[in-house]
Amino acid sequence: MDEILEILEKDGRATVEDIAKMLHKKPDEVKKAIKKYEKEGAILKYKAVINKDLIKDTESEVRALIEVNIVPQKDLGFEKIAERIYSFPEVTSCYLISGTYDLLVVVEGRNLNTVSNFVAEKLSCLENVRGTATHFLLKKYKEDGVILKHKSDENKRIAISY
Amino acid sequence: MDNIIAKKVQVMQPSGIRAFFDLVLGMKEVISLGVGEPDFVTPWQIREAGIYSLEQGFTSYTSNKGLYKLRLGIARYLKNKYGLEYCPDEEILITVGVSEGIDLVLRTIINPGDKILIPQPSYVSYGPVTELAGGIPVYIDTSKDGFKITPKLLEKYIDKKTKGIVLNYPVNPTGVSYRRKELEEINKVLLKHKVLCISDEVYGDLTYDFQHVAFPTLPRAKNNTVYFNGFSKAFAMTGWRVGFVCGPKEIIAGMTKIHQYTIMCVSITSQMAAAEALMSGKRYVEQMRREYNRRREYMCVELNLLGLKCQKPQGAFYLFPCIKNTGLSSMDFSRKLLEEEKVAVVPGTAFGINGEGFIRISYASSLDNLKEALVRMKRFLEKRK
Repeated sequence: MDEILEILEKDGRATVEDIAKMLHKKPDEVKKAIKKYEKEGAILKYKAVINKDLIKDTESEVRALIEVNIVPQKDLGFEKIAERIYSFPEVTSCYLISGTYDLLVVVEGRNLNTVSNFVAEKLSCLENVRGTATHFLLKKYKEDGVILKHKSDENKRIAISY
Repeated sequence: MDNIIAKKVQVMQPSGIRAFFDLVLGMKEVISLGVGEPDFVTPWQIREAGIYSLEQGFTSYTSNKGLYKLRLGIARYLKNKYGLEYCPDEEILITVGVSEGIDLVLRTIINPGDKILIPQPSYVSYGPVTELAGGIPVYIDTSKDGFKITPKLLEKYIDKKTKGIVLNYPVNPTGVSYRRKELEEINKVLLKHKVLCISDEVYGDLTYDFQHVAFPTLPRAKNNTVYFNGFSKAFAMTGWRVGFVCGPKEIIAGMTKIHQYTIMCVSITSQMAAAEALMSGKRYVEQMRREYNRRREYMCVELNLLGLKCQKPQGAFYLFPCIKNTGLSSMDFSRKLLEEEKVAVVPGTAFGINGEGFIRISYASSLDNLKEALVRMKRFLEKRK
């Protein structure tokens, strides 16, 4: 992978100037490369990774992983039905997977009810959905490579050494 | 008490830098660019192997030379990486970091009065350990030659009593390293005068602009070289204390004798973890190397912009900028920078008198830390314009 992407994947706020310095390139060159990635859709968006457990003023969120069994459609396979499912705004992620079921759908809602209602009223009654199994998420330990623990500031190295 | 302490130890420098180090350690909220170890934690796979070995009850001594599977792993690693062939039975010894190995080799080869060449600025242990072994350290000033040893310099310092040279590259503290052609020239001089090469290549895996060349791969060099490497820098395993030595079997046998009486063997947990590092750690080394490289490029540009002239080092994680234009000595610069801006660096003189006029900056620190340190250094320098 291009090192520009490697840097941005770790730190979406890295500036063009800093990246240029790190990679010994001209800022214009880096800027052009990033624009190109954005245009092609290789870079889709920049966002902050938020540990919602630490945000006390927002209403808590419920998240569920739902296994969905599907009857594939002739000529279209899973594509069309997947699209119908992932288009719901409640769905935050949707994957086609191998194994005993077909789609893994991640749904977020304000509480247990909203998520159950979504499954009962929207998902299960879709024509090609043969069955679902809903797993409510109890605790997040790590997400997208980030460990969701409050970082301690303790410095484990001694401050000066040869 | 004075007559209890041996004269040899009394005259040993507690390194004039100690007081400064104590000052740093006593201060809170310092941004430290003075650390000589990686800022990464040992990759989990390696740590997990250490934990697993404890669970399995591996808590005993190992062979004096070290676990056979680790020596075998090292032999394979050197074969794959450099095409070097060392016999794990007779030519490899596991030591408590490279530091122990350097002590062992010097004690093994030195007769009273033998001279050991040490290019300076250099890592701090080579000289004192030479003296403890009864040898005479001969420091070669490399500061006029871009901190590199040259055949000409070597010829100037070698005499009949010269037994060996401690060559360290990439160099701590300057980050300088050598290309094959330069090493070949050095090797020729060493072979001509029968001077043993003690090659400390612990930063070898952290080389950026070209492939690291292991000294024993040079023509006819293998029998005249004791090669040192370890897990501390490349695998971020400083606290585990595992290094290794490869060399002619007679020298390794001599070193093993001292090692068995003083150390017995390296901690088995550490050796188990090190064996895992060789099995699965390669990709982590590469990830860390890329990260260091980006910081190196960044810091080099920024320091020069600040007006601290700094040549681009080829390896390790150090920069060695010149601070002469501030009019301050290395020590004064470092102390004032610490007191006024709470940024810790190591004065160049910690690595020998010819480090005067320079400071060592370690970029084994997060980019955010490096940036904040630069802001503070800028403020510090502007006050002095």
